[in-house]
Amino acid sequence: MNTALSWIKAYVPELACTDQEYCDAMTLSGTKVEGMERLDKNLEKIVIGQIKTIEKHPDADKLIVCQVDIGTETIQIVTGAPNVKEGDKIPVVLDGGRVAGSAHSDGPLPEDGIAIKAGKLRGVPSNGMMCSVEELGCDRAMYPDAPEYGIYIFPKDAQVGADAVEAMGLRDTVFEYEITSNRVDCYSVLGIAREAAATFQKPFLMPEVKIRKEHGKTEDYVSVEVQDKDLCSRYCGRVCTDITIGPSPKWMQRRLAASGIRPINNLVDITNYVMEEYGQPMHAYDLDTIAGHKIIVRRAKDGDVFRTLDGQDRKLDSEVLMICDAEKEIGIAGIMGGENSMITDEVKTVLFEAATFHGANIRKSARRIGLRTEASGKFEKGLDPRNAEAAINRACQLIEELGCGRVVGGMAEDGAPLSPLRKIPFEPERINGFLGTKIPRDDMLRFFERLELVYREEENLLVIPSFRQDLEGFADIAEEVARFYGYDKIPATLPSGEATTGSLPFKLRIEEKARDIAEHWGFSQGMSYSFESPKVYDKLMLPKDSVLRSAVTISNPLGEDFSVMRTMSLNGILTSLSVNYNRRNKNVRLYELGNIYLPHQIPVTELPDERMQLTLGMYGEGDFFTMKGVIEEFFTTIGMKKPAVYDPDGGKPFLHPGRQARICYENAEVGYLGELHPQAADNYGIGTRVYVAVLDMPEVVRFATFDRKYMGIAKYPAVSRDISMVVPATVLAGQIEAMIRQRGGKLLESCHLFDLYEGAQIQKGYKSMAYSVTFRAQDRTLEESDILGVMKKIINGLEHMGIELRQ
Amino acid sequence: MKEKLEQIKEEALEKIREASALDGLQEVRVAFLGKKGKLTAVLKSMKEVAPQERPRVGQLVNEAREQIENALEDAKSGMEQRIREARLKAEVIDVTLPAQKSPVGHRHPNTIAMEEVERIFIGMGYEVVEGPEVEKDFYNFEALNIPADHPARDEQDTFYVNGDILLRTQTSPVQARVMEQGRLPIRMIAPGRVFRSDEVDATHSPSFHQIEGLVVDKNITFSDLKGTLAEFAKELFGKDTKVKFRPHHFPFTEPSAEVDVSCFKCKGVGCRFCKGSGWIEILGCGMVHPHVFEMCGIDPREYTGFAFGMGLERISLLKYEIDDMRLLYENDIRFLNQF
Repeated sequence: MNTALSWIKAYVPELACTDQEYCDAMTLSGTKVEGMERLDKNLEKIVIGQIKTIEKHPDADKLIVCQVDIGTETIQIVTGAPNVKEGDKIPVVLDGGRVAGSAHSDGPLPEDGIAIKAGKLRGVPSNGMMCSVEELGCDRAMYPDAPEYGIYIFPKDAQVGADAVEAMGLRDTVFEYEITSNRVDCYSVLGIAREAAATFQKPFLMPEVKIRKEHGKTEDYVSVEVQDKDLCSRYCGRVCTDITIGPSPKWMQRRLAASGIRPINNLVDITNYVMEEYGQPMHAYDLDTIAGHKIIVRRAKDGDVFRTLDGQDRKLDSEVLMICDAEKEIGIAGIMGGENSMITDEVKTVLFEAATFHGANIRKSARRIGLRTEASGKFEKGLDPRNAEAAINRACQLIEELGCGRVVGGMAEDGAPLSPLRKIPFEPERINGFLGTKIPRDDMLRFFERLELVYREEENLLVIPSFRQDLEGFADIAEEVARFYGYDKIPATLPSGEATTGSLPFKLRIEEKARDIAEHWGFSQGMSYSFESPKVYDKLMLPKDSVLRSAVTISNPLGEDFSVMRTMSLNGILTSLSVNYNRRNKNVRLYELGNIYLPHQIPVTELPDERMQLTLGMYGEGDFFTMKGVIEEFFTTIGMKKPAVYDPDGGKPFLHPGRQARICYENAEVGYLGELHPQAADNYGIGTRVYVAVLDMPEVVRFATFDRKYMGIAKYPAVSRDISMVVPATVLAGQIEAMIRQRGGKLLESCHLFDLYEGAQIQKGYKSMAYSVTFRAQDRTLEESDILGVMKKIINGLEHMGIELRQ
Repeated sequence: MKEKLEQIKEEALEKIREASALDGLQEVRVAFLGKKGKLTAVLKSMKEVAPQERPRVGQLVNEAREQIENALEDAKSGMEQRIREARLKAEVIDVTLPAQKSPVGHRHPNTIAMEEVERIFIGMGYEVVEGPEVEKDFYNFEALNIPADHPARDEQDTFYVNGDILLRTQTSPVQARVMEQGRLPIRMIAPGRVFRSDEVDATHSPSFHQIEGLVVDKNITFSDLKGTLAEFAKELFGKDTKVKFRPHHFPFTEPSAEVDVSCFKCKGVGCRFCKGSGWIEILGCGMVHPHVFEMCGIDPREYTGFAFGMGLERISLLKYEIDDMRLLYENDIRFLNQF
């Protein structure tokens, strides 16, 4: 909402403050000022001058030399403007002055304006410049009387030598307000003026609406019938006759233009002016086009088509409210009038409409029809039904005042009965208790008085004016007190009461550990979107019947690329790796902690299963076993001390078939890791080996613990033995280790692979492996016989696996 | 005898002085004090000494032995000292050569900001709570006093799955979920991902993060809200930070406020981050609306509370002077490694 401060001051005449003070005070009382623009910015030394004589320039055909009276003296100005003649009164910027813009540029105004200095034009001295509206930082929308090209010409009664900026109404500031959706009343100049008056503690003067001379009776001209009162709680109509269309007065044009509304003619301008002033959209019909001189407000029929005054055909349905005459539809209620009842310059008799329509219905209709207008934007917030009558009377008053018609007496109206004014108990102690303040009761009452809330002492009730529909109960009243007491004056305290322990839930503590471990291993944290394209499944080569292709689908996505909620986390990390690869970043390691969304059923009828995934991806230095190391370090850190099992039968189509593993812990599948399938790497445009790992955190969290138990540091020495063996290629290290662990029993402290060789020295189909096995007892020094016994068991076991010991 | 001992001793000390290495000293030790050493030989020949002389001679031998041993020890430690000094001299390194590093990864700036906020509120006794990202319309809107036809729904461009299920547009539904459980008092924060249908550009993202806070107890006041957020702002942005509360409107709080903090870049003087105003808008807050309490089964005459919510990206963008939001979701390591 944009409004000139001068318009506000029309209702708060005692308001006196700087622009900045106004901006700060209004913002702190709740009417947020988003911006302000001085209309006289960069306009310096500009006066009204009168052209005395015009002569041709001796050396230039397109220039003229003018002698201009500027009140104190007569100066010579050379101009190329085609539209001036002797006797014209024009704005003149003097030597050393400044204008806001150039007549020849449509671009944004220069920040510091343009300095004007005396000089010579083709050898003839020129001591100033005559200005166009563009040079004054305005445009013809704001000054419809300005010529298309050339100098602005003042009316004949303009005073020579006076401040031209003032005379053009530019000594003003336009404020832009951010109005919150609950304050429908503040989408109007009067609403803001009322807030300004309350904020600055100055009297607020409503415009006095009085029509001096009415003639005839409205019922002789028109009747109104509201059939669907659920959607139209009030409809008011008034008639003006003998309409003469012409320009509206300059003061009205200036106010509208400052609000961003283009002046058109007196009738249109009056409806717009009242809409701005009262926040009540108005409509004007040519009464002679209204069949039967009857207005009927009712729902449209499904499938009806209606041509709005912009010439577009609109498809309607039975929830769209229409304004009709005795025969046909003439307007879409609250949104736009029809072409068939459009006002033309030939209009003689006008019917004004001011109505209150159901906000949500207008909002939905506007959306379905695909037509949102200034009016619908106001209606959809839910207007005060009592405002309609005030606004329509104001419009009639302006018709009379501007001399563009005669007002017919009385008003045609229909609608639901007005609901009584709301009453809210006044509870000053509770308010102070709620705000943490000690505001005297009388101060509160003073705030209410300024806001036009009437206090009924005998009932201890506050009567809420109908324009404050946002005030519903205690908390709203407390807010009014807080606003005008000043949020800044309310003390700052900390909550008292029972102390509570702050905490991070276990799941989040495990995630924190995951971040620590991943980062320790050189992985940086990435973040990717939760929604992605269904094409991702093809990139990852999922079979057509894969359950992962059943995703939660967004019904109104930003596009296909953001249309399904991810069912696996890999795409995000691979896309990020691809970005890095394309930018030639070397040795990239990324991880992400983010949810996947697994639907319980398609179509979705309940919330999906959101599962946090730890996803790691890397290329460059490191390999499968680097990734495996990260996983194992993570498990150790979160107390998962048992050995994880790596099942080479991973079953992931997007991973290298010979380099992938399902990660199992205590027989539960907790994730997978592997090298990305070269085809998938191609699909992501990554021309090198990529390793990934994904952990399903809900499963991991199930096994995680921060409980630790001290084991005692071994007092007795350990004994190590090396086992060197020739192993069939099909036997996995994991199987050998499992065998050693099982047979080693309690005495086994550790076993680790220290040599692995496959190649020329070894028979084809075999590999050479060497393990170092360490034994220790907690309670004694091991004897040679202990070692011999357990080694024998291990060696027997290995031999059963087809493994040959090397001496 | 005495002369002989004196001679052996002098001979030994002479050899010790001549020794140039630890090995040489060891040789001296063996030659004089060893089993077959010269001094040992004297002891062995003791039986030739008259019995009454033996204690005296024994004492002389021990004295000589002690002197030799001391000399050996001194020579040894002197020699070791010189060897160590020589080694240290030889081992000089160029300390300005590059370090050997095993590069660690970096947290996402959003996470750094989130952990910072969590740390502050956990310190004030708040519990961290999570809620679903795909949420019911009821929790995202209805329970927060935003019924189906409410204009506020237009302000939040919502991604819908169907009529009842949507991607949460705010973390506020976690408030309703926690209150509904009815365990009072409540002091919680809820960080998490939220979604709005904004096209991706330098200042918008269809997916971003918020942190919600909620306190419900008896006698919670608006001044408690002010004090809590003032403390928070000082912790997060520095102890000189000032806060400004401006009236605002949110459907689920009343009274409501927007909170500005004094610009932490320019200390309130005015700069490009605060667009010259000296203030930066950082969060929205207010007293829990009685309707919200009623919908969650809490009596608003008995309990009061406050809630607040802030955008995480806003904080990380401002704090780290990141000028394009897209960087946060691109995951270029040259960006991430700066945090």
